[in-house]
Amino acid sequence: MPKSIAVVGAAETTKLGVIPDVSNLGLHLDAALNAMADAGLKPQDIDGIATTGESPVTVAAYLGITPKWVDGTGVGGCSFMLHLRHAAAAIAAGYCSTVLITHGESGRSQVGLPGYPRSPASPQGQFEIPFGVSIPATMFTIPVLRYLKTYGVTEEDLARVSVVQREWAAMNPRASLREPITVDDVLNSPMIAWPYRKLMCCLVTDGGGALILTSAERARDFPTRPVYVMGSGESCEPPMISMMEDFTSSRAFRVSGQAAFASAGISHADVDHLMIYDAFAHLPLYGLEDLGFCAKGEAKDWFRERRTAPGGGLPMNTNGGGLSYMHSGMYGMYALQESVRQMRGTAAAQVDGAKISVCHGVGGMFAAAGTVIFTNEA
Amino acid sequence: MPRALPQPTPETQHFWDGCKVGELRLQRCRACARSYFPPRPFCPHCASRDVEVYPASGRATLYSYVINHRPRPDMGPDPHSIAVVTLAEGPRMMTNVVGCPQTPEALQLDMPLQVVFEKQSEEISLPLFKPAEG
Repeated sequence: MPKSIAVVGAAETTKLGVIPDVSNLGLHLDAALNAMADAGLKPQDIDGIATTGESPVTVAAYLGITPKWVDGTGVGGCSFMLHLRHAAAAIAAGYCSTVLITHGESGRSQVGLPGYPRSPASPQGQFEIPFGVSIPATMFTIPVLRYLKTYGVTEEDLARVSVVQREWAAMNPRASLREPITVDDVLNSPMIAWPYRKLMCCLVTDGGGALILTSAERARDFPTRPVYVMGSGESCEPPMISMMEDFTSSRAFRVSGQAAFASAGISHADVDHLMIYDAFAHLPLYGLEDLGFCAKGEAKDWFRERRTAPGGGLPMNTNGGGLSYMHSGMYGMYALQESVRQMRGTAAAQVDGAKISVCHGVGGMFAAAGTVIFTNEA
Repeated sequence: MPRALPQPTPETQHFWDGCKVGELRLQRCRACARSYFPPRPFCPHCASRDVEVYPASGRATLYSYVINHRPRPDMGPDPHSIAVVTLAEGPRMMTNVVGCPQTPEALQLDMPLQVVFEKQSEEISLPLFKPAEG
């Protein structure tokens, strides 16, 4: 049911960026404590837990939570969109009443970061790793030349995404990178994996965030302005970039986005604020198109016309995004935090009068997607 | 540093055995006649278990790629392509395009390619692709 569940607690870690004195687990716990303080709750008030990166078992135990509902869905950076969707269903079903979702990641300092060993017998170990893939910049970017050729998109168009994101970051005191940049700056930054330059790739930072959800009925008794879950979607597609069905469009984005809009009962024209997970400069382009905001190949024009930039018709990635705000590895939590701030009216670059926010995440290398639509109107 | 190599599983052994003897082996469904990759003992299109292994032509076209300027230590010091090719039989696979400069000018999307096998160990030869001749 749209708007029957609300976010009543939301916070990021006390610090963002470079945090060498807090472990991966510690970042989860710091964010959780901040979210509980935001909502005015104690651990004994929480009866549902969801997380990835660390086990929900560990996070619950360290916080002193006795859960009646547990979700450890781990599909990469959009896992938190899926957690939120699953939590809303669990609360509606009566499995639990108050869910805590946590994220923490020592992506830069690598303090106590759980390893992700890739077996040489795994599908990727057999059919991708032998050919030299390593960091996401050598995988997530592989489809892009096909996209550029198919739709007449240029390297300058990719660079323009980074430039606009930096404009938003400049308005956000917590953003890691705030100095204005130009298209030339992006194109002249160090080559990582052609056609990808450094400034087309996300940051690698430390941080975390946490959310608390409960029923809309109970939400009225909290000190925070309720942010209602209006609709949601999720999907996945093949786990390896080389198996992606169509290099110019994400099936998971399309399936997740359609489910979210259908469940919210809104059209694209109703959307006031948009977050599209930008691990790399092409993701907002794919996202705008695959979520149905424009036709295939038209997203480049949105950037040429500055429609998502400050002063544009549909403000997008208003925190500065993974390209300039922060990116610990699984950025989805930070996109959700910015949507909640926009709906509360507390964002650093607040969109005046915004009533509906769409928040879309990606997991793996185009392997999964989650979409959540929020509103501040009951 | 030796290159990171695959470890075949029972479901993929035929593919790596084929590479060892210079044959690119695909699987095809006897029920719906479609080819697929990576290997598995059933058809991903119709779920039939009635599938066969057959030697593919080795012909392909370049679907998309990057040129990795920060090569993994086991890949040598120079920038190299990481590519996905479309095989003539339909499936796609990741590979490296070799036998030509590793530059945007030399690596044009849709260029015709031909498989070559590069021996890495007694057990593993990797299927790489070079520009097709003629």
